[in-house]
Amino acid sequence: MKNSTFSRKRRWLSAPYVIWMLLFTIIPLCIVIYYAFTDSVTGAFTLSNIGGILDYATIFLRSIWLSVAATLICLVVGYPVAYAISQMKPNMQRLLQLLIMLPMCMSFLLRTLAWVALLEDTGILNNVITALGLSPLPLIRNSGAVILGMVYNYLPYMILPLYSAISKINPRLIEAAEDLGCNKTRTFTKVILPLSIPGILSGITMVFVPAVSTFYISQKLGSPGTVMVGDIIESQFKGAYNPNLGAAMSLILMILIFLCIGVTNKVTANDSEEVAN
Amino acid sequence: MRKFTRIVTVIVFIFLYIPIIVLAVASFSSGADLAVFKTFTFDRYAELFRDSTLLVLLRNSAIIAILSTAIATILGTAAAVGIHYSGGRIRKLILSMTNIPMTNPDIVTGVSLALMFAFTGTILRLNSILGFWTLLIAHITFNLPYVILNVMPRLSQMNPYLTDAALDLGCTPLQSFFKVTIHEIMPGIIAGALMSFTMSLDDFVISYFVTGSGFVTLPVEIYNYTKKPIHPKLYALFTLLFVVILLLMIIMNLLQGRDKKSKTRTVVQSGIIGQQ
Repeated sequence: MKNSTFSRKRRWLSAPYVIWMLLFTIIPLCIVIYYAFTDSVTGAFTLSNIGGILDYATIFLRSIWLSVAATLICLVVGYPVAYAISQMKPNMQRLLQLLIMLPMCMSFLLRTLAWVALLEDTGILNNVITALGLSPLPLIRNSGAVILGMVYNYLPYMILPLYSAISKINPRLIEAAEDLGCNKTRTFTKVILPLSIPGILSGITMVFVPAVSTFYISQKLGSPGTVMVGDIIESQFKGAYNPNLGAAMSLILMILIFLCIGVTNKVTANDSEEVAN
Repeated sequence: MRKFTRIVTVIVFIFLYIPIIVLAVASFSSGADLAVFKTFTFDRYAELFRDSTLLVLLRNSAIIAILSTAIATILGTAAAVGIHYSGGRIRKLILSMTNIPMTNPDIVTGVSLALMFAFTGTILRLNSILGFWTLLIAHITFNLPYVILNVMPRLSQMNPYLTDAALDLGCTPLQSFFKVTIHEIMPGIIAGALMSFTMSLDDFVISYFVTGSGFVTLPVEIYNYTKKPIHPKLYALFTLLFVVILLLMIIMNLLQGRDKKSKTRTVVQSGIIGQQ
């Protein structure tokens, strides 16, 4: 009895938070929907903002392919790193974890600017290349540079969840698999990989979402040919002022991301079922 | 296999730190170009400390980060406790609300808040609503989920009989909250607060949309700088911040190492309480 009134009272502690979230998360999203469906001048209901997005279909597709590529590279590169860290001594693991988090705390604007200096036509890497007697390479202002910028900025967001999933795997399961005659590869594909799927999923989300919506990386490392959704949304609010079109784009971007995450979750869920069978 | 993963790890760490090294080296160069090192100088650091605007920006960032972290930590911890004691459907509803800012891209969060502030501004007939308060509200909003997601696991790991024991031993519910519950979930609260503080200090995208000309934080101003030729004293600032954060992390690492040792003791103690 005492216990139930006690916990009923404690429930109310979340009330201020719920009110806060309604005011500053739910209502703003409703306003985005409102703006997306109204005319910028008359304020009347219209579908022209949503329709206007069709003009930008190639930009949406490009944003998706660039960020999918960056996410896959992060996964392929990040997995061995997360695995290697999980196999080290506890002190070393803590240290490396901090070293991965450290760049995340530093201004990503300036770090991206450093990549400009590295990749420029007369930049550091090209200076090295010409010093070796080779002709300079076009390293910047192309899709590759944008993908590199994304991988660089978001790789830590892939490694950390992967590491936390892999380091939670019970080592006895691996021993059991080896005892039961699995070789290294089979132990990996049948035990370690399926058990790290939660980490893979949150890593993919944490890389894909900021990558697909970025605007700074593509501005600095890309060209007019690599303009992304984020750039267009930003310019609707800060340049060619059309918040209604910007709101419509934000709405579509949000829906796209929910769909992409949904598909990823479904595909991986099916995969893990197959593994279980 | 082992060799392969280690080689990849070394390459990745070099990759992660190359731009930071480039910026640190440039902070000692007398030239303005990041790619060319001229002669060694400390001038950039001297300029940095003479520059009053940069210090104001740094102070603004610190004020927003400290205030938003403090408020988000209190609101978020209370919310986590509330969610913990709530049943099925309400719990699910609140948790999925918490997930919205986590899965929404920053640009959408920024745009939605900016539109709402603009909307409120036209209703209240205010010309420039964007500034300190809108920035603070935005930062609290994106910090809250980090606090909750760090505190929730601690609450579910907590021995539920501990609060009962406190109540039986004569604590009022309020005392049991501050003496037992808060004490038990403290590591989660600290982790959440640290995470929000760093997120808030380095946030650019959301701040960029909700800030006015009256109150600007460092990352937003850095973005404005990067549109023009950038002044090299920013490299000096970056390098200093890097050293400060590195030192903080080393201290944290040492403290955590000590905490690990003392934690085994607490686990033994709470195990004994659990048996009784």
